[in-house]
Amino acid sequence: MNIHEYQAKKVLSKFGVATLLGKVATSSSEAREIAEEIGGEMWVVKAQVHAGGRGKVGGIKIAKTLDEVEELSKKILGMKLVTHQTGSEGKIVKKVYIEAAADIKKEYYLGIVLDRQKEIPVMMASMEGGVEIEKVAAETPEKIIKIDIDPFVGLRDFQARMLAFKLGFKNEQIKYFVKFSKALYETYSKMDGSLVEINPMALLEDDSLIALDAKMGFDDNALFRHNDIVAMRDFEEEDPIEVEAGKYGLNYVKLEGNVGCMVNGAGLAMSTMDIIKYEGGEPANFLDVGGGANAETVAKGFEIILKDKNVKAIFINIFGGIVRCDRIAKGIIKATQNISIEIPIIVRLDGTNAKEAVDILNKSKISKLIPATDLQDGARKSVKFAKENY
Amino acid sequence: MSILVDKNSKVVVQGFTGKEGSFHAEQCLDYGTNIVAGVTPGKGGSDHLGVPVFNTVKEAVIKRKANVSLIFVPPAFASDAIMEASEAGIEIIVCITEGIPTKDMMIVKKYLQKNNTILIGPNCPGVITPEEAKIGIIPGFVFRKGEVGLISKSGTLTYEAANQIVNAGYGISTAIGIGGDPIIGYSFIDLLKRFENDEDTEAIVMIGEIGGDLEIQAAKYIKENITKPVVAFIAGQTAPKGKRMGHAGAIIAGSKGTAKEKIDALKKANVNVAETAAKIGDTIKKVLK
Repeated sequence: MNIHEYQAKKVLSKFGVATLLGKVATSSSEAREIAEEIGGEMWVVKAQVHAGGRGKVGGIKIAKTLDEVEELSKKILGMKLVTHQTGSEGKIVKKVYIEAAADIKKEYYLGIVLDRQKEIPVMMASMEGGVEIEKVAAETPEKIIKIDIDPFVGLRDFQARMLAFKLGFKNEQIKYFVKFSKALYETYSKMDGSLVEINPMALLEDDSLIALDAKMGFDDNALFRHNDIVAMRDFEEEDPIEVEAGKYGLNYVKLEGNVGCMVNGAGLAMSTMDIIKYEGGEPANFLDVGGGANAETVAKGFEIILKDKNVKAIFINIFGGIVRCDRIAKGIIKATQNISIEIPIIVRLDGTNAKEAVDILNKSKISKLIPATDLQDGARKSVKFAKENY
Repeated sequence: MSILVDKNSKVVVQGFTGKEGSFHAEQCLDYGTNIVAGVTPGKGGSDHLGVPVFNTVKEAVIKRKANVSLIFVPPAFASDAIMEASEAGIEIIVCITEGIPTKDMMIVKKYLQKNNTILIGPNCPGVITPEEAKIGIIPGFVFRKGEVGLISKSGTLTYEAANQIVNAGYGISTAIGIGGDPIIGYSFIDLLKRFENDEDTEAIVMIGEIGGDLEIQAAKYIKENITKPVVAFIAGQTAPKGKRMGHAGAIIAGSKGTAKEKIDALKKANVNVAETAAKIGDTIKKVLK
């Protein structure tokens, strides 16, 4: 799960990561009030969307008067931001963050992620602040400094100092960095972060360090112990069909094609998408109805898939292990009677009671239900029917 | 012969009396798995499915000589259950639980080093040595004893592969679902090593997916150490970047962990890569001919 910059800064400051004064607004008048409350002579108006690269497309602006704060907020709220992270459809800005401006000496990058190979968190730092870290990693990997963190003891002072020296910090700056980086790790660890990125971390005129931007992601599996984070979830930042599927315990990811897929198990679901592509078609989605699929999940699956109007055929691919295929077959028939489905449904049921299932489907005499003998046959038929139905 | 488990494995089920635990333990018993004990704290002294229940894993090890543990404990308590099993002297832990926090697994992995415990999973379907022992939720009827070792990150795809192998006229020596989480216990390399040394295994099938680099590490290992033919399949060639595809670990981060880079690495290691999931059986036929 991801959260907005303003939320991340709230979480981080609780753990002692320094941030500038700021508050979130949903209207331009509110933005003005906040700027007045913050005081000073300069403010930054920042679009709040779950995507990087906002600055490059006009989502972050500096205001020198309260009128300007209001004007810029009006302009940014409702704006459609298209960055390298939003996809071509872009994201509509619904909130702006009004933050005090500061005099900055230099910008840095500081982040923590899980190193899957070493199975520990790794802190990454770079003097190339404000630049996309992936770009730095690809072009000048030597500019990224990494420190392995032992999860049993956390980030130690000596490790933080080592990073500080490599980043060129001196005197007071070192103390500030040790405090900043340790607070960052505390946040990551205590809150079950999957990613925390301060890009840029800014060195101010007084040699202190602040998080100028902040990005946080959390381990979905650990959300049961972080109700405060769950409350921060912004459903408007997510695909509505994916949100709906999640409510029923279904895993759905929308793709661009026209062959809808309903599969039990994540690995088989991905393989089903792949084989559709291999046979010359385009999958419309990833949908895992779970290892223990039943008639009800199948019915929900239909509803979810049919929300995508591009879908011209549906391929149901179930390998019944514990679950019995004859029950799934009955579930499919019932669902097709309850929901009006105009497109062909190719059904491949294998495993427990597969023969009985095929008999049930054949006897049903529902013309849009097309039985397939195996994965290969099902994929071919799905691609063929999607093309014919186009 | 087989690897990890066989008819002599003495299994203790943790989370034995719960809904999931009961249902699957019964299926394992029906398959012939030697379940010697169950553990549910507070229910020690009772019997369940004709098997004695203990309060702790330690008791199950002392009184019933259990050496393999099968875990069905809910995610919030699963890491604790794994550590308890390891501390009690269990040699092989099979953890089915889905949804264990990554941080918990990070700690568990380090903790297990102390006792050299083998962990399979979590978030996996378990292990089966056909006609001897089924430890987990794998549907036994799909499998037949034979010469192919099977290692997979995915559940239903494992059944799909086993089904194709059996239909092609071969069988399975042992099949292991290693799980789709970012941090797992035994991985491809550990199991490839065991299959290489198992005299009944003539070929190995490994099924991977997008995310992480376990398959790439495995490819390097195969090139240098494995003499038996290896067939591989990687799921997720059409998966978009940055999206979690069902499994917590199945995500392409930046441009890392794509199916293409894994397939290329495996091909370079002379592994026979099945082009689609429907061709795993045919590919095994080709290498065993």
